[in-house]
Amino acid sequence: MKDNIFIRYLPLVLLAILWEIAPRVHFVDPSELPPLSAVAAAWWSLLLDGDLWTNGISSLINWSFGLGSSIIIGIALGVMMAWSTTIDDIASPLVKALYPMPKSALIPVMILWLGLGAGSKIASIALSCLLPVIISAYNGARGVDQTLIWSARACGASNRNVLWEVILPGALPDILAGIRNAVAISFIVLVASELLVGQKGLGYLISFLGEGGVYDAMFAVVITVSALGFFADRAYLYFMRRTLVWRE
Amino acid sequence: MAGVEKKSFLSPVWKRRLLRSSSVILLAVAWEWGARMHFVSDFLLPSLSTVLERLWNDTISGEILVALGLTMVRTFAGFTMAAFAGIIIGVTIARVSLVRWFFDPIVSVGNPLPKIAFLPIFILWFGVFDWSKIAMVAFSSVFPVVVATWAATENVDKYLVWSAESLGVDRRALLWQIILPSAMPGVFTGLQIALPISLIVVIICEMTMGGEGLGGSMMTSMRFADSPGVFSGIVAIAIIGSVLVKLMEIVRRRLLIWHAETAH
Repeated sequence: MKDNIFIRYLPLVLLAILWEIAPRVHFVDPSELPPLSAVAAAWWSLLLDGDLWTNGISSLINWSFGLGSSIIIGIALGVMMAWSTTIDDIASPLVKALYPMPKSALIPVMILWLGLGAGSKIASIALSCLLPVIISAYNGARGVDQTLIWSARACGASNRNVLWEVILPGALPDILAGIRNAVAISFIVLVASELLVGQKGLGYLISFLGEGGVYDAMFAVVITVSALGFFADRAYLYFMRRTLVWRE
Repeated sequence: MAGVEKKSFLSPVWKRRLLRSSSVILLAVAWEWGARMHFVSDFLLPSLSTVLERLWNDTISGEILVALGLTMVRTFAGFTMAAFAGIIIGVTIARVSLVRWFFDPIVSVGNPLPKIAFLPIFILWFGVFDWSKIAMVAFSSVFPVVVATWAATENVDKYLVWSAESLGVDRRALLWQIILPSAMPGVFTGLQIALPISLIVVIICEMTMGGEGLGGSMMTSMRFADSPGVFSGIVAIAIIGSVLVKLMEIVRRRLLIWHAETAH
């Protein structure tokens, strides 16, 4: 029974059937919950219109620039903090002070600085994802077995070799776990910033359709964004397991 | 060698302390000085003293306290709902196979979803006032609690459970005396993940739907191009975030005072 994929996912199928039937028999108001088939039809027409593509690509660009820069900068800063006690002493109080800040509060400041366009969204995503990546890289690099570093040095490894061949691989599990957090945060900030301002992006499309009262299409875009978030996480998890296969 | 050690002006301990606070001080000084020298316009970066003064005035006039109160009520209403629902669902998933069958795919699909995308649906269902915000918070924070409780309950030491059962403990006592206490550290970790999420979501909800609160007043300030208001908002939110995280740590230490983790 455990391996039977149909039985395993049957609850989701049941929920989908319930979603289709409940509005049809007016158990719930169809204007508040359009039946699943209507949502699917709306999704198809959005896809044919190209609305889903143009907004989706705009979201994707902001997302990848924001997340990508936070990953690169975050790993560099985190490893540097672990490498040098001076940098650690200087930077870690600031990092620790800012870490618990609710990330969404950055969005208005970024809008103030960078305007309503893509810049403020990319910056909001990058800054929100930065701290989790820094902390994971820092913890990972500090957790690298000291004897490994000593052995590498004793074999004549240069600083550069130690960094690339001992510290980074050693810190990788933590870094990858931190990036998974960052992926989750990046989606929240992306959608939130698009819901708030802008004329492009899937978040914008959701609020535009919602304000226009086109609820079946709005549900379709919400499902699309959720699916993107879900598959991004799953794909990342798969990538993470593949990357860390040498640890087992 | 030890005798001729160079006498330093500062003892090493103080040197380290100074170094450790240098970044915060430097940032504050750079902010104040940069703003005063008008490297950037007052609009983009009001000086730190202006922002703190604004924060102080808003505290005196009670404006920020009202906003804070609204935000906290919404956060904790949603968080409490998520905590209760999450713990109940998590424990029953781990203990009852039918419940596990039903919730397993829902949790594994629902947990990584960007829940914030559902915001307009919640507005449609619950209106633009408090209920939609509270529901949104509960929906976003329930998943980490479920996942953490589930894992913690599954990992309860089997020997403890078997010993209790062989001593004739009934199901109810087993749950309250053995399973819940042993799962407590894991459950609490879930709550510690969920609370910051609640705060993030409340602030986003207030920004998009209005209805005052810290997020709402920050957005209002932004629309009126009142940048000291925006910056005092972010400072207030940052402080609240740290205070809540610290409070959770303190509560954890008090609640788990009997547990081995508190010893170190």
